[in-house]
Amino acid sequence: MWNYEKRLQYPVNITKTNPQIAQVIISQFGGPDGELAASMRYLSQKYSMPDKKIAGLLNDIGTEELAHLEMIGAIVYQLTKGITPEEVMASGFEKYYVDHTTGVWPQAAGGIPFNACEFQSKGDPITDLTEDLAAEQKARSTYDNILRLVKDPEVCDPIRFLREREIVHFQRFGEALRMLQDSLDAKNFYAFNPSFDCAKPNSCK
Amino acid sequence: MTANSRYKSKAALLHWINMVSFAADDAALYLDTHPQDQEALAYFANYSGLRRQAMEDFAEAFYPLTRDASQNSRQQWDWGAGPLPWEGGC
Repeated sequence: MWNYEKRLQYPVNITKTNPQIAQVIISQFGGPDGELAASMRYLSQKYSMPDKKIAGLLNDIGTEELAHLEMIGAIVYQLTKGITPEEVMASGFEKYYVDHTTGVWPQAAGGIPFNACEFQSKGDPITDLTEDLAAEQKARSTYDNILRLVKDPEVCDPIRFLREREIVHFQRFGEALRMLQDSLDAKNFYAFNPSFDCAKPNSCK
Repeated sequence: MTANSRYKSKAALLHWINMVSFAADDAALYLDTHPQDQEALAYFANYSGLRRQAMEDFAEAFYPLTRDASQNSRQQWDWGAGPLPWEGGC
């Protein structure tokens, strides 16, 4: 289970609204490579991960991604707090505004709603960890794309923190994949699926 | 930052909590894949201890950051006290 802590993992203090950039950053809330997808990916994959240490890593990183989701929500919220109808129209925010006002809703920048098809839980540990490595790089690329567009240092600062975490998580997942492969048949990692073919005690001994 | 400067203000103590918590969180992920690294274990223990103390100090002086840190001796439910993290200043 989870306990809430009444603070952000890294502070978000944005004093200048910018609904146009909020529409870009919201992709990391509910978009294809966003924090919600990241958290749900790892917290879903953990059940069928046969290595206890790697399952624990998925749980810990999935938990940190929830804290990142909260930071992105705070950024979007603070970028749109108190904007006027004139600012809505001038910034191209009207298509989001008409359905959500300034509520924070999980969607991609292009308006596509959050969807579980944005991630996999394949029940095969090599497949899942390889997806996780790609997911961290896709999120890092998205943050790079955001940083090319954002000029406000109050927005850049927490985005840079989140970008850096993608790199650290990628490193940890790389170590996890190596740990997993060390426990498999070195001549053929794909000889069997340890999550399925070996799910019963001693079935792969 | 030294231990003494933690108590300068609410903002400074919260900043300290963010720093030591991050150090402990990051070390925890490393330890997930390197569970026998003695240097990392000592690093985690140090920052985890600093964090525990700072969380207690913060609840005592200001408001609880976790429900477990709620001060039961007070006359009213204090879990709702303090600003919401997404409003800034946290």
